Amino acid sequence: MSDLIRMNASDLVEAMNAGQVSSVEITQAHLDRIAAVDGDVHAFLHVNSKGALDAAAAVDAQRADGQSLSALAGVPLGLKDILASKGLPTTCGSKMLEGWIPPYDATVVTKLRDAGIPILGKTNMDEFAMGSSTEHSAYGPTHNPWDLERIPGGSGGGSSACLAAFEAPLAIGSDTGGSIRQPAAVTGTVGVKPTYGGVSRYGVVALASSLDQVGPCARNVLDTALLHSVIAGHDPRDSTSINKPVPDVVGAARRGDVKGMKIGVVRELSGEGFQAGVQTRFDETVTLLEGLGAEVIEVSCPNFPHALAAYYLILPSECSSNLAKFDGIRFGLRVGDDGSKSVEQVMSETRAAGFGPEVIRRIMLGTYALSAGYYDAYYGQAQKIRTLIAQDFDKAFAQVDVLISPTAPTTAFKIGEKMADPVSMYLNDVATIPVNLAGLPGMSLPIGLATEDNLPVGLQIMAPAMADDRLYNVGAAIERELLSKWGGPIWAQAPELAGA
Amino acid sequence: MAEALMKYDEAIANFDPVLGLEVHVELGTNTKMFCGCSTVFGAEPNTQVCPVCLGLPGALPALNRIGVESAIRIGLALNCEIATWCRFARKNYFYPDMPKNFQTSQYDEPIAFEGYLDVDIDTDEGPKTFRVPIERAHMEEDTGKNLHMGGATGRIHGADYSLVDYNRAGIPLIEIVTKPVEGTGKYAPEVAKAYVSALREILRGLGVSDVKMEQGSLRCDVNLSLRETPESKLGTRSETKNVNSLRSVERAVRYEVMRHAARLTAGERIVQETRHWHEDTGISTSGRSKEDAEDYRYFPEPDLMPIAPSREWVEELRANLPENPAVRRTRLTAAWNISDLEMQNLMNAGVLELVEAAVSAGMNPDAARKWYTGELARVANERGVEVEELGVTHVELSRIEALISEGALNDKLARQVLDGLIAGEGDVDSIVAGRGLAVVSDDGPLIEAIDAALAADPAVVETIKSGKLAAAGSVVGAVMKATRGQADAARVRELLFERLGVSE
Ligand SMILES: [Zn+2]
Repeated sequence: MSDLIRMNASDLVEAMNAGQVSSVEITQAHLDRIAAVDGDVHAFLHVNSKGALDAAAAVDAQRADGQSLSALAGVPLGLKDILASKGLPTTCGSKMLEGWIPPYDATVVTKLRDAGIPILGKTNMDEFAMGSSTEHSAYGPTHNPWDLERIPGGSGGGSSACLAAFEAPLAIGSDTGGSIRQPAAVTGTVGVKPTYGGVSRYGVVALASSLDQVGPCARNVLDTALLHSVIAGHDPRDSTSINKPVPDVVGAARRGDVKGMKIGVVRELSGEGFQAGVQTRFDETVTLLEGLGAEVIEVSCPNFPHALAAYYLILPSECSSNLAKFDGIRFGLRVGDDGSKSVEQVMSETRAAGFGPEVIRRIMLGTYALSAGYYDAYYGQAQKIRTLIAQDFDKAFAQVDVLISPTAPTTAFKIGEKMADPVSMYLNDVATIPVNLAGLPGMSLPIGLATEDNLPVGLQIMAPAMADDRLYNVGAAIERELLSKWGGPIWAQAPELAGA
Repeated sequence: MAEALMKYDEAIANFDPVLGLEVHVELGTNTKMFCGCSTVFGAEPNTQVCPVCLGLPGALPALNRIGVESAIRIGLALNCEIATWCRFARKNYFYPDMPKNFQTSQYDEPIAFEGYLDVDIDTDEGPKTFRVPIERAHMEEDTGKNLHMGGATGRIHGADYSLVDYNRAGIPLIEIVTKPVEGTGKYAPEVAKAYVSALREILRGLGVSDVKMEQGSLRCDVNLSLRETPESKLGTRSETKNVNSLRSVERAVRYEVMRHAARLTAGERIVQETRHWHEDTGISTSGRSKEDAEDYRYFPEPDLMPIAPSREWVEELRANLPENPAVRRTRLTAAWNISDLEMQNLMNAGVLELVEAAVSAGMNPDAARKWYTGELARVANERGVEVEELGVTHVELSRIEALISEGALNDKLARQVLDGLIAGEGDVDSIVAGRGLAVVSDDGPLIEAIDAALAADPAVVETIKSGKLAAAGSVVGAVMKATRGQADAARVRELLFERLGVSE
C-alpha cells in the first residue's frame, strides 16, 4: 500500500474491506500529501486534520465491528468552502466570512458524515463562487498541479486541484455556470453537475439560487458516480429538490456501453474561440464514440449563443439579493462599528471592505438589472432566453440521447492573464452555462492533452433532466477506451510536484 | 409640532375623502412560514430562531402548508378569487430587523384577489351596509423587532444602541389591501373602523389568528386622500402607520381628513409620505417621504416553488368555511329575540362570541348579555383590555346567576364576586365564602337594623303610616348601609311594613 494517494476511491474501499489498509492510514497519507504540496498548490483554505482522523478512526472501528457501511466509507474528501460545515470554518473564499464557524451542516455535509467520509478540509474557490480561475479568492489563488503558473479553473479550483495534486481522492464542488466542469477539464479530472434539484442546496451558500447545484468530483468516472449516489436525493429542506429516485449512476458507470446510442454534437459549441488542440481532442473523441457503435450526429441549438448574456443578467440579479444578508449584523465581518456611526453606515462600510471587486461588480450589475424600469428589459428578457435555451435542449433530446461539446474553449490559462478583462474570463464558461440555465446534468471528463501546451482537455456530456446516469454510461465508455489507449490514467502524464 | 387642522364638518363639506386600508395579520400557525421555529408570543429574545429565520448563509426556506391554507381561507372569506398559480417574490431592502435583507413576500401574483367585505355602519338615515372592495390578500413573512435602548422614547432617535429580536422574523403574515374605498362621504372614519372590526371578526371566526391589535397580531395602515368632488381624480395620499386599535383607526381617518383639508385649503400640496400615528396624543407625524420611493427590486423567489392550489382543495376549503359573521348575527338576533341595536352593542363590546358560548352552554341569553355588555365590559374598558382577557368564564357567570335567583346574592354582591374572579381569588363559591358576601337572610339582624333606623328618624314612621310608602326608601337605604349591602332589599321592605302594620 505504498501509493495510497494515487489509488481510486473504489480500490481504497476494497483494500479497507480486505483489511490491507485502514481509513486512518489513508487519511493520514492524504494529510501528509497536503502538508507536502499544498504550500505550492494552495487547494485548501482550512485543513481539518483532527476531525478527519477522528472520522477515519470511527469508520475503522465500525468496519472492524462488521457494521454495514456506505460504498465510500473511510475514503477522505476535500469539501468546497461554499458548504456550511458545523464546527469548520466556511468562508466562501471571502473576507466577509473570515472566521465564521457555521452552527449547522449543509445537507450534503450531513450525508458525507453519515457515509463515514472523513473531511480533509475546505477547498479554495473564487469569492462566493464568482470566477473561472480561483484567482478571485480573497485568500490567494490556487495553482494548477499540471503547471503551477496556471489556473486550476474556477470557481471550484481548490476541489479540482486537490484531486490533480493527489491531496484527496474525492471532492465536492458546486456548479452555477461551470464551476465543477471547467475546473475538472483544465486539471484532467472528472466532475459532474447533477440535474438541478438532484442534490440538496440546503447549507450551500447561494450564488444564484436557480442555477447552483452541488456535485461530485474525482479522478475517474466510477468514483464520481459513487460520490454522486452518496450526496444525491430529495431533501425537504430544499424546496427545489426533486422528490424522485436518484438515477442509477453507479450502475451506469460500471456499464459504459454506448452501442446504439445517439449522440449529438452541438454545432454552436465549437469553432471560433475554441483552441485548436481542444478541438482536435474533441474530434478524436467523436471518432472514438463512433468506433464504439454510437451514432454521432450534429444538432443545432440556435439560442446557445445568447446563453452567456442571459446568464450574466440572471446570475448577478439573484446574487445581488442572495448576498444582501452579508451586512455585518448577525455573523461574519463587521467594519466601522465605533459607536458613532449609524447601522446603515456600518453595513455599507462592512460590505465595501468585505467584498472583492468581482463580487461588487456582479452585485452592481444585478442591482441595476432588477431596478424599476429596467427589470423587463434585462431580467425579464434573460428569462425568455432561458426558456428558449431549454426548448433548444428539448428539441435536441428528441433526436439524441446525450449531447457533447468541449467543456472549456481553452486549456488552463496563465494566472493573471485574464484578470484585467472580465469578459474574456466569462467566455470560459460559454459551453458550460447552457445546462445550468436549463437545469440539466453535465459531466466533464479528460480526453487527452492539447498538443500545443500539453495541458488537459475536457469533454462535456449533457443529458436530459434526471437522466444523470447517461453521463456516467457515456463517460465510462470513453474512459475505458482512453485508459487502454494511454496505458494508464491521464495523470500519469502529469509532471511530479516538487516537495512530494 | 402640531399641524393645522380644519374642522371635520367643514372639511367634509369641501372635500370628498377616499380611504385605503392595509391590514397585516399574523397567522396563528404553530410554526413560522419557512422554518419549524415556534411562533409563541412573548418568549425570551432570540430563542425561537434557526439558520433559516436568521438568514444564515446557505439556509433555505421550506413553505408552511398551513400558512398557505390559511391564506386561501382568508381569501375565500373575503369573497376573493384564488390564484390557480402564483409565486413568492423577494422584496429587497436593507434593514437590520430583516435577516436576509429581503422579505419573502408576494408581488404581482397574490394568492387571493378581487374580493369585497360588506360592513354595517350607523348613518343619519339609519343602519346602512357599505361594500369595501378588496384588491388582494397575499402571503409574506414578518420581520424581527428592533428595540432601541437608552433613549427616553423607545424610538431610534436619542437611543444609545439598538438590539434586535428575531423571534418574530419569519412568522407568517397575510397582508390584506383594499382598493380605494370611495363614496363613504362623511362616514369615512366609521367605514374604516367597521371594516377593521368586521375583518377581525372574520379572521377570529376562521381561527387563523388571535387578531390582537395590542400585541401586533393585527396591524393597520390607513391611507387617505381628499379630492374636491367625487368626480375629481384621486388626490395624493398619506399612509398612516401603527394604527393599532379600532378607536385609532377611526381617529386617524378623521385626523387625516382634517389635516389634508387644512393644507389643501391653504394652497399647500399633500406630500406622499408615511406618517406615524401616536395613540397617546391622537395625532400623526411625518415619517419617510415616498416621493423618492424605495425601489424594492422585486423578482420571483427562486428558492421556493410556485404555488398551484388545486381547485378541489380550494372548493373543499370553501365548503368548510365557518358561517359568515353577518349571517350569524342575523340568526342570533332572531334566536335571542333582541334588537339590532342590542346586537350592535354586543359587537361593539367585542363579546358576541363569549355570549354565544355562554348561551350554548345553557345560560340565559339576557343574563349573558347583561354580564358581558355591562359589568365585564365596563371593567375591561377601565383596564384597557379585551373582555375575554379578564378570564371570567360562562361557567362562573352561570353560578353567579344561580346564586342570585336563589336569593343568596344580590346585584351589588355579585359585582364583588366578579371583582374576586378577575383578581383570581378562586371560584365563585370560594369567593362568596372568603369575602363573606352571602345575603343576610336571617330576619333578626334586619329587624334590629330597621328598629335602629326608625329610632334615628322617628318622623318617618308617621309619614309611612300616613300612606306615603315612598318614604320607606330612606329606611331601606339606611338598613342596606348598616348591613354593608348584604341585605335583600325586598325583604327589608317587607319587614318594615310588617313592623309598622302597613300593607302595600
Ligand atoms: Zn426558524
